[in-house]
This record gives sequence, C-alpha cells and structure tokens, in this order.
Amino acid sequence: MEPSVVVRDLHIRFGALDVIRNMNLEIAEGEFLVLLGPSGCGKSTLLNAIAGLITVTGGQVIIKGKNVTWEEPKDRGIAMVFQSYALYPQMTARGNLSFGLKMAGVPKAEIAKRVARASEILQIEALLDRKPSALSGGQRQRVAIGRALVRDVDVFLFDEPLSNLDAKLRSELRVEIKRLHQNLGNTMIYVTHDQIEALTLADRIAIMKGGEIQQLAAPKTVFHRPANLFVAGFIGSPAMNFIPGAVEESENGKVFRFAGNTVPLGAYEGSHRLTTCPDAILGVRPEHVTIHADAADGIAAMVELDEPMGSESLVWLKLADKPFTVKTTAEHGLHNGQPVKLVFDIHRASLFDKASGVRL
Amino acid sequence: MSDIVDVKLAVVGGLPPRTDAPWGPKPGRITPARIGVYAFLVVASLFFLMPFYVMLITSLKPMSEIRLGNLMSLPEVATIQPWIDAWAHACTGVDCNGVQVGLFNSLRILVPSVILSIALGAINGYALSFWRPRGSNLIFAILLLGAFIPYQVYLYPLVRMLSVVGLYNRLPGIVAVHTIFGLPIMTLLFRNYYASLPIDLFKAARVDGGSFWTIFFYLILPMSGPILVVATILQVTGIWNDFLFGLIFAGRENLPMTVLLNNVVNTTTGVREYNVNMAATILTALVPLLVYFVSGRWFVRGIASGAVKG
Repeated sequence: MEPSVVVRDLHIRFGALDVIRNMNLEIAEGEFLVLLGPSGCGKSTLLNAIAGLITVTGGQVIIKGKNVTWEEPKDRGIAMVFQSYALYPQMTARGNLSFGLKMAGVPKAEIAKRVARASEILQIEALLDRKPSALSGGQRQRVAIGRALVRDVDVFLFDEPLSNLDAKLRSELRVEIKRLHQNLGNTMIYVTHDQIEALTLADRIAIMKGGEIQQLAAPKTVFHRPANLFVAGFIGSPAMNFIPGAVEESENGKVFRFAGNTVPLGAYEGSHRLTTCPDAILGVRPEHVTIHADAADGIAAMVELDEPMGSESLVWLKLADKPFTVKTTAEHGLHNGQPVKLVFDIHRASLFDKASGVRL
Repeated sequence: MSDIVDVKLAVVGGLPPRTDAPWGPKPGRITPARIGVYAFLVVASLFFLMPFYVMLITSLKPMSEIRLGNLMSLPEVATIQPWIDAWAHACTGVDCNGVQVGLFNSLRILVPSVILSIALGAINGYALSFWRPRGSNLIFAILLLGAFIPYQVYLYPLVRMLSVVGLYNRLPGIVAVHTIFGLPIMTLLFRNYYASLPIDLFKAARVDGGSFWTIFFYLILPMSGPILVVATILQVTGIWNDFLFGLIFAGRENLPMTVLLNNVVNTTTGVREYNVNMAATILTALVPLLVYFVSGRWFVRGIASGAVKG
C-alpha cells in the first residue's frame, strides 16, 4: 500500500541551528504515529513542516503520493489541532467549525451537514452557539478537534493537544482520540512529550532527540527493546535502572559482572549473538525485578525508602552504593535499612554499549 | 485516639480570646509620608489647573474687567461674547471669520489621516508579526530609525517632493505627511500587540485556508479592538495638536485650527482682546481635552504598551 505521508531527506535550519537533520520517515495509510521526545527535540518543528507552516531548508514532504513541499497548508489535505486550542475567540463554536469551509467556498447546506456530523461524533451539539470563552478546557479542545474533523481530510496533525488539560480530562480525551482514530481510520500524526499518551495511542512511536529519530517502532518494542540508552532512559516511569559493568565469558556462557556480582545472561534476548564488552550497561526496569527478603541467591541490596502509590509501591534501594528502584506490591512488608536480595528478569532486561549507547 | 483529642484541647485552650484586637482588616494609618504624598498631589494639580482656571474666567470677562488687572477674580458680569467673537469674528490677518474655519480644516485633515495611518500601521504590524517576510526585521528597524530622526530634517526635502508630485499646499499632501510620520509608531504599536496574540491562532487560520487579507479581516481585525482605540487616541491628539506640518504643507485654504489660533492671537489691530484669545485657545484645545476625558485610561495604556514592550 502507498504510504500516506512521506518525509524525505528533510532538513530544517533556524539560523545556525539544525533543528531537523536529514530525516526520512514513512507513515502508512491509517497509521497513528506519535512523535515523542523532550522539549526542543524538533518534534513540533517536524509537524509544522508537514503542515506547511514553516519553510523547509531541504528535502521533500509527500502526502498521498503528491509532493506538497511548496504547497500552502490548506492545499495539503491536512487538518491540525493545537495545544492552545487556537479557537477563533470572536466566533462561536459553530463559527469556528465552519470558518475553514467558508474560506474554501463550500455550499451552506454542505457546511451545515459536516458541522452536524462532526459535532455529533464529538458530542458538542449543545455547545455550538457558545463562544470559546464560555467553554471549559476540555470542551474547547473538543471544538478544536471538531474544526479538524469538518475539513474531511486524510491526515490529522495533533500538536500536543492534551498538554493544557488537567490529568483527568487528559485521560478522558486520550481515550476519545483513540476511539476517533479507530472509527475514522485516518492517518494521524501526534506530537507529545507525554510517554503515556505515546504508549497508549500509537501504532508506532518515533522517539526524537536533537532533530533525529532515535527509534521508530511499536510501543511494545520501544518499551521492551529500546534501541539505545536515550530511549531506554526516556521511556518508562519510573525510569529504568542502569548498572555499569562488563559482559564477560564464563563456563556457563556470557555473564554480566559488576561490583563483585555476576548475572548470567543465558535468558537475554539474542544472547547467542552477544560478544564480550568490557564497558557495558545493564538496564533493568523497576517492574522487572523481584525482591526477596530472605533468599540465599540474588544480588545484595538495602532498602532505603518506600514510595507507596496505592495499589503498588516503589522501593528505593542501595545497590553497590547506587540508588536502585523496584516496583512491587504495596504489601511488601519491608522496612528501611533491611538487607534484601534482588533477582533480575534478564529476559526483559537491556544491555547497552557504554561508549556508543547502542543496544547489544 | 484519645491522644489526638487531648492535644487539640490543649491548643484551643492556649489561643488568645476571640474578642481581642487585632481582628479583621488592619486599620489604615495616616503617616507623615502619606500626608506628604497628598500635599504633593494637590500642589501638582493646582499647578496644572490654575492656568486653565485663569483662561476660563478671563474668557468670560468683558475687556473692561480685564483691564482692572484682577487676574484671579471671578467675572462680575459674565459674558459669552468673547466666545462668539473667537468662533466667528476674530481676525486672522485680513480675514475675520474666527477659528471656525480652522475647526473644519482640522477635521478634514484629521479624519483621513487618522484612518489611513492606523490602517497602514495595522497592516504593517500584522505582516511583520505573523507573516514575517524575508528582511522584515530590517524593514522594521529602518522604520523605527525613521522615527528617531528629528522630523525638521525632512521638512525641506518633503516640500520639494510634494511640489514635484503636485501635492504641496493641498489637502492630500498634508494627509500624506501625517500618514507617513504616523507610520513608525503605529507599526510599532500594532506589531507589539499582535506579537502578544497566540501564533497558533494564525497557524490554525492558515490551515483553514485563510489568505493574507481574509485572516486580517476575519480574524485579526476583530481581535484588535483595544489597540484600535489606543491608536485612535494617539493619532487624534497627535494630529490635532500638530502645528508645524499644518503651517508648512496644508496651504492657505486648509490651515488647521492650531495655525489659525496662532494667527488670531498674533494679529494686533488696536487692543489685544485677551478674552477672545483665551476663548479661541480653549475652543482649539477642546477636541484633545474631550479625548483625554473620555478615554484617559486607554490613553495611558497606549503610552505604556508603545513604550515598554520591545
């Protein structure tokens, strides 16, 4: 199938600053792609370039097989939803929905039909005659999504649409956007710095840093098989534990040695391809460690602090004089200063080369 | 459980009684500093009100009373004849039609100049803050530089330029001069105001298919209410009070009220009619005075937004 959006050799420079470097990206028809990264990584810039709101320094943007690099935003077959809602303040919700269609010279009856359909989907019929100032944040963002819906386009662009909302509304609208995507089947490109949004919504996540894509993969892959140290540290909350050490050969196959401890790597995904590495980092998510209060085997550590989070608890430990976190049930019965043994789930752990940061 | 109750009781018992002061808002106190501030404010307002008071009562006195020299005393027999003379009969050189001609001339200069300079300033500001064409910063810098060069420098070149295109001593000429000289400050004002509007609005309108003019008229202009008021106040007072441009560029037929006032005051045929001069001055000052009274708040806001925001 022909890709919906293609970004080819894209380069964007503001003054002396390279915001996007030689980027190549293909987004399939009907795919939900999330651009995820810390602020300043170029994700919003990339979205604006796809929308045609900024001029590219080099490269091409192709939407639906048509090279739109020099086209005006309105001619690209895109609709966009902004973080600040960007509703026209002096127009009613209805006026906001129909403004673009009026500009395009769509007949009145057709405008009314499309506005009715979009407001039904988003359940904003009762709000249509209100001005944005009389709407709450969640209602405003619904209207803003409605304004994108009525345009009847193939590609939806979302620029951090939920960042201005409070936590409860955010999770509500997140589900609604996911449902919208399931029902409409449009291509959606979604920019966020919130990894929960990315993990829940995306078909694929592009994790960006410094104007480059670090990893482009399905949420599960990004979470369980991070391509490098940056992705591993960025995805996951609480963050992954990193232990510096070395991958060495032993009589039982490869092992990871650090501070007098030896962890066998037999269960590591692709362990048969592992080579020895004197400067490696073992990454273990707090979810993938079990604490044993009185086991003989395991890595010795000491409980320092307990962070209860309702159904579960985050335990801070000291392992080889470094902080280490483990997520466990709330009823763990541990007390501060208690020596414990840790067992890593090596199958779901990650190994990185310390110098290059690349996954081993 | 019982521990907690005990602790609570102990604390309540230790609190001071409810009836004692301090209770509620802290009472205001008259301090020497406060008295000094008020004294200064009273003196300052007297300083500015006194001349106006003298002008007003003098304009209502007949010449016989003025000759007595009691500058501050109220008129014994009040008359509005000086006002009628100032309006319709005072002489400017050989013509004796009062300052009324000047009022209409000033209005004919004022209205198109204010509309044109604001319209161009708004469009400039809109283009500079949203569209940012290549070199827009340079254009803006040059425009601002123009505002800092004393405009006396331009007087002679402008006279030559306007006479070449046949606009010297004509109404369109003086309107053009006011429009051009109002452009830097108007552009600055609108650019700064538009810079404070969210850029996402403009982006949304572009995605919705708005062009340069449709975005301006449907989106930006309806949001410009406050700054339009400020700009109008600045331009109305500025152009109304102008003397030099009116004298040089308007031509004999179109002399504004300020120039005519000067001519009335300086025309000496026999006795100097102080009451008529005062009345004519107040008449001329009436338009800006009215603007200040109606919109003092907006005027201050305009000055603040023009001066402070970079």
